[in-house]
Amino acid sequence: MRKRSRLPMFVTLGVLLFLYAPILVLILYSFNDSRYPGAWQGFTLKWYRMLLEANSVEARDIWRATRNTLVVAFAATIISMVFGTMAAWAMYRFRSRLQSLHQMLVYAPLVVPDILMGISLLMLFVNMSVNLGLTTIVVSHTTFCISYVALVVLGRLQDFDHTLVDAARDLGANGFAVCVRILLPLLGPGIAAGGLLAFTLSVDDFVITFFTAGPGSTTLPVQVYSMMRHGTPTLINALSVIFIIVTFSVVIFSQRVLQRKNNTHPHI
Amino acid sequence: MKRSWREWAISLPSMGWLVFFFVIPTILVCGIAFKPRSINGGIGDGWTLGTWLDVLQPSYPLVVWRTLWLSGMTTLICLLVSVPVAYWLARLSREARNWMLLLIILPFWTNFLIRVFAWWSLLHSQGWLKQALAWVGLVSPDAQLLYNEWAVLLVLVYTYIPFAILPLFASAEKFDFSLLDAARDLGAGKLRAFVSVFLPGISQGMITAFVVVFIPALGSYAIPDIVGGPQSEMIGNKIAQKVFVDRNLPHASALATLLALVVLLPVLYSIFTQRRQKRGNGGRRS
Repeated sequence: MRKRSRLPMFVTLGVLLFLYAPILVLILYSFNDSRYPGAWQGFTLKWYRMLLEANSVEARDIWRATRNTLVVAFAATIISMVFGTMAAWAMYRFRSRLQSLHQMLVYAPLVVPDILMGISLLMLFVNMSVNLGLTTIVVSHTTFCISYVALVVLGRLQDFDHTLVDAARDLGANGFAVCVRILLPLLGPGIAAGGLLAFTLSVDDFVITFFTAGPGSTTLPVQVYSMMRHGTPTLINALSVIFIIVTFSVVIFSQRVLQRKNNTHPHI
Repeated sequence: MKRSWREWAISLPSMGWLVFFFVIPTILVCGIAFKPRSINGGIGDGWTLGTWLDVLQPSYPLVVWRTLWLSGMTTLICLLVSVPVAYWLARLSREARNWMLLLIILPFWTNFLIRVFAWWSLLHSQGWLKQALAWVGLVSPDAQLLYNEWAVLLVLVYTYIPFAILPLFASAEKFDFSLLDAARDLGAGKLRAFVSVFLPGISQGMITAFVVVFIPALGSYAIPDIVGGPQSEMIGNKIAQKVFVDRNLPHASALATLLALVVLLPVLYSIFTQRRQKRGNGGRRS
């Protein structure tokens, strides 16, 4: 056994430090009794209190934006789960010219920068004289979420045993029964994983929302942006920490659930 | 006949959606680039090449060049750092590897703007990183770390590193590490074995990492907007400026078309190399 170089390990640890340091500093700042990022002025919980009591205009705007974000994310997730799963099934089941075209359509949004998608959707809405609002944001988010859901479900379908469907059919199951009793239970985890990805991408999106949101339909990232640009960024730190706690617990929880599933059904 | 009816029925919803909300808008943008601007900030009637003459003004080549330079440097740094990380991760035990992957992805699940904001507060003239560097004496106390190209580059690298690590790791995981031992037995040095055996072994991952870092970096808007200043604008900033500040939609469309052309080149390149590689592998196997 030769001695391995330690360098890759140090690079990895350095990357982890680089990735976490800003987030840790942000958490510390949220307890800092100072209006501006800077010297430590003492420990305080007043930013959290301001945020949770929602007495100020800023805090109320944040909660409205949070509600908008969740509404958009749920709507976009549900639509893209249905369309994305159908797309994945079509691409898996059929091999034809139509499906190669389908595949190109599904992959293309993945390699297009957000800003191009944002501006082209804005031009479409302007051309159709549609008022910008929550609906246009949902439509835009669905457009990029479909591809991600389709990709995740297609990945699961690669190890799908199609003889199960044939067996069910031989035993007299009709199309509907096959769908409900075979496909959905087996593809469930894949569809859920795709939906989770779509949900987080929707919550996280800033650029496309920025282009397709109208007045009054601000989502949380757009709200954070305008607070950074125009207002005082004091509440952002506390908001970020709440955000971080929520996302980290969702990720760790879903990781646990998925791992348990994998352990009980090692062959699926 | 029945089969093809079923195929259409299941393909149509997603295809229809993507055609209507992705393909048509893209064509629309290219079309609007040839339209004049109406007085009220909308799109006028008739056709014109005037917008393109404005776009080819002397100030834009610099912005295009800066966009290419910043995205290229981001990709290079991300790849240089991520290759050793992928190498190390791939040699870990399965359980340790899953935990490390989770650790790497986790920050990436916090909101993108919040991460940019975190860097903004660190680099800010009162920020801790700035203060620490000034205290050590690496920068002068009144130096400005924000609002320049280096700040943009730093935050771009921060944002895209996980995108580079994941595909490289996926390739490294499939790499047969006994090949490295074989190379060493045959007399290659550590570095030589790494460069001429490991790197070609993960070339597929490198191409994917290149595409998933370089292309989104080209379209950056929020990062140069927040930590960069007017001196470090990228094409994305110009597009947003034409839409929101100048209300000149044809001009914004022409810039978007330009960006789309810049993006298309690496995509075509990667498709081309992948085809060639597939053909190459097929030949070797037979």
